Amino acid sequence: MTSTMTSQTSQKNNQQNAQENPPVKIRIRGLNKAFGPKVVLDGLDLDIHEGKSLVVIGGSGTGKSVLLKCILGLLKPDSGSIEIDGQEIVGLGNDAMEVVRQKFGMLFQYAALFDSLTIWENVAFGLMQAHGMSKSDAYTIAMEKLALVGLGERFAGKFPAELSTGMRKRVGLARAIATSPDVLFFDEPTTGLDPVMGDVIDQLIVQSVQGLGATALTISHDMDSARRISDRIAMLYDGKIAWVGNTPDLDTTDNPYIHQFINGLLEGPIQFRLTGTDRATG
Amino acid sequence: MPPDFSGKYDHTKDCQPFWSGYLCNRKIPTVYAMPLIQPLGRLTLAFLEIIGRLSIFASTAISHCFRPPFYPRLILKQMIEVGYYSLPVVGLTAIFTGMVLALQSYTGFARFSAESAIPNVVIVSITRELGPVLAGLMVAGRVGAAMAAEIGTMRVTEQIDALYTLATNPFKYLIAPRVIAGVLTLPILVLVADTIGVFGGYLVAVHKLGFNPATYLKNTLDFMEAIDVISGLVKAAAFGFIITLMGCYHGFNSKGGAQGVGSATTNAVVSASILILTFNYLITELFFSR
Ligand SMILES: Nc1ncnc2c1ncn2[C@@H]1O[C@H](COP(=O)(O)OP(=O)(O)OP(=O)(O)O)[C@@H](O)[C@H]1O
Ligand SMILES: [Mg+2]
Repeated sequence: MTSTMTSQTSQKNNQQNAQENPPVKIRIRGLNKAFGPKVVLDGLDLDIHEGKSLVVIGGSGTGKSVLLKCILGLLKPDSGSIEIDGQEIVGLGNDAMEVVRQKFGMLFQYAALFDSLTIWENVAFGLMQAHGMSKSDAYTIAMEKLALVGLGERFAGKFPAELSTGMRKRVGLARAIATSPDVLFFDEPTTGLDPVMGDVIDQLIVQSVQGLGATALTISHDMDSARRISDRIAMLYDGKIAWVGNTPDLDTTDNPYIHQFINGLLEGPIQFRLTGTDRATG
Repeated sequence: MPPDFSGKYDHTKDCQPFWSGYLCNRKIPTVYAMPLIQPLGRLTLAFLEIIGRLSIFASTAISHCFRPPFYPRLILKQMIEVGYYSLPVVGLTAIFTGMVLALQSYTGFARFSAESAIPNVVIVSITRELGPVLAGLMVAGRVGAAMAAEIGTMRVTEQIDALYTLATNPFKYLIAPRVIAGVLTLPILVLVADTIGVFGGYLVAVHKLGFNPATYLKNTLDFMEAIDVISGLVKAAAFGFIITLMGCYHGFNSKGGAQGVGSATTNAVVSASILILTFNYLITELFFSR
């Protein structure tokens, strides 16, 4: 199934993991996803360890969001396996998937707030719908979480359309962490935020992982932020993980993809296609 | 040249049947085949595909209408949206229809001195056909379009994905309340439309055509039959299902930003209207063909 090359690397990783890494929370093997003729994920392997924070980096349009949506069961992979706590979720029915998703919190790239609900109702949604919490309890927790992302009580009754993009993003973050989920997914949590707020959000992610013991999978373009919040970093290129390792190793690795990506070089193995609007960015 | 079944697709030569755009929104690749059979086959396939998709969607929606959790507040909200806010437009349609019905049948029946049949004509046409069909068409334009636009926007802005990640099934939270509200509310709306329509006929008959008010009312009540009203209400419930299902189906499956939402809205109204007229005939057959 897997080529000798990958099985060797994963063996090497496993040896490393045995020493320092807790059990695997999410195990992805041979994940394929194509849209028509366009292959986005091409036999991707990745392990995400329990209670750790993994950041996925990679150029625009390499399929980072698609990877996240496959794990969440929002897109159906063409083939491959995704195990969460040892449970295979590819091909799982809707009701069973709903149970799995109770462990999840997700921040969408464009926040995806419910625009017919107020800010606090958005944050409290998971608490009230999936966890059956009463309105007043949910309100209290929603206000706590909103305060964590720097939004006060005066925003509670507003609608998403009345907020700026960065504020919406923070509400999305509050909604993702509201149910104190096991696994957190953040799609570019700090894009569109000012540096100070970006720092606050970074700290919040670190707190969620260390304080709640959650496992986090974050997509980021911001290398500084990525370094701050991650235990491990994986780089996605050409539908596969081109490099994965502990964050401090980022600077010492001789992997040409990483070298090119973090230094923003034009020359190297990564081909930046600057055709039309499909412009690759670091 | 022999037909080539090797599966070479030619997207440029697609000749879609005119309705396939709003039925399935997906180009079915052209395989070069015999020029006459090919469009026929593609038409059949597209038709079967849409029937299949719709059946799956409808059965999922129906099954979620009967399984907890229920959302009574959402159902109520949708009932107000479908019923209460449609009252003005349905009421206006009904009153003018009743009025024109009385006027037109008078010009016809006066020739045979059969004016006394007017109350009969008005009540039978309104309760059996015009009440449910016109109310259905008006609500399809008003509510079906709004539902498709709202759910379609939720789809393209990933709000439906967000619902899934918050462990909430959109069929339960979005679609079931709308379908339930449609099936429950349309019959009420049609009852109101029937009453207003008959009243419109009464107005014209009494004030313009010189009928005696008491006699006209008595005749109307004499001619009113339970089966007429009941068949109208059954139609209304069916139309309520069709309208909300089409709105939700096209919204739920819309893609590609504002344009996608736009065509979802159009498709929801067009398909609901056609289905309303089709099912109107079928239900009439069921009740009145002896
Ligand atoms: N629903 C879809 N239908 C067709 N193609 C899609 C769909 N979703 C994503 N793609 C394609 O998959 C590729 C990866 O998209 P994705 O959104 O995962 O990129 P990304 O890595 O998240 O980029 P960015 O950093 O800009 O968000 C893109 O080329 C896109 O065109
Ligand atoms: Mg993305």
